[in-house]
Amino acid sequence: MVSSVTNFGRNGLYDWVIQRLSAVILAVYTLFLVGFVIATPDMTYAQWHGLFSQTWMKVFSIASLISICAHAWVGMWTISTDYLTKSAVLRFAFQLVCAVFLFTYLVWGIDILWGV
Amino acid sequence: MNSNRPKNLDLTTIELPLPAKASILHRISGFALFFAVAFMLYALGTSLESEQSFAELKDVLNSGLAKFITWGILSALGYHVVAGVKHLLMDMGIGETKETGRVGAMITLIAGVVVIVLAGVWVW
Repeated sequence: MVSSVTNFGRNGLYDWVIQRLSAVILAVYTLFLVGFVIATPDMTYAQWHGLFSQTWMKVFSIASLISICAHAWVGMWTISTDYLTKSAVLRFAFQLVCAVFLFTYLVWGIDILWGV
Repeated sequence: MNSNRPKNLDLTTIELPLPAKASILHRISGFALFFAVAFMLYALGTSLESEQSFAELKDVLNSGLAKFITWGILSALGYHVVAGVKHLLMDMGIGETKETGRVGAMITLIAGVVVIVLAGVWVW
């Protein structure tokens, strides 16, 4: 089995499972949020804030945030290893930029959700 | 393996079959969503900060440019989810043959257009 240090999981099989699991969480979260917004016409701040102050919603949101980071890492890693094959330096640089973005998203998102 | 066999991987000279088009759009939408997360987190943070910032965000989202960006993000997200569902179905062995793969790609592209149009109707 081929493994690489920049894989998110230890190998492609882990990445495959992580990609599917995070995809399902993100799809459910997306449908839930779109459904909530559609079901709440002329939404007020109190309704929106009330939703995100629920503990279960914080769990759901942070699970989705972590899923975004894992899912996007596997996706961007795949793109980098498909197209940036000529130069390892360029590929690692691209992956580093992705990692910085995702780590920022993670901390930023937790900061937003924590403060509610 | 014979390394001298002829190959052509120049994408500009290849007519992509339908499943390939559905696939590359899945990748492009995913790439776009990577950056869209920044916009979504900005909107989430502003919407939750205070009653005033919530109202301000509503005003901002009413501008033409913001509506276009929102529609773009919803379109990328909508298509990515639809194509992702196709992926999960194919993982289960559904639609893996040449013929059914074409049908699946067709359904994905049509459903994607429907979602994108619906997102546009919703935003405007």
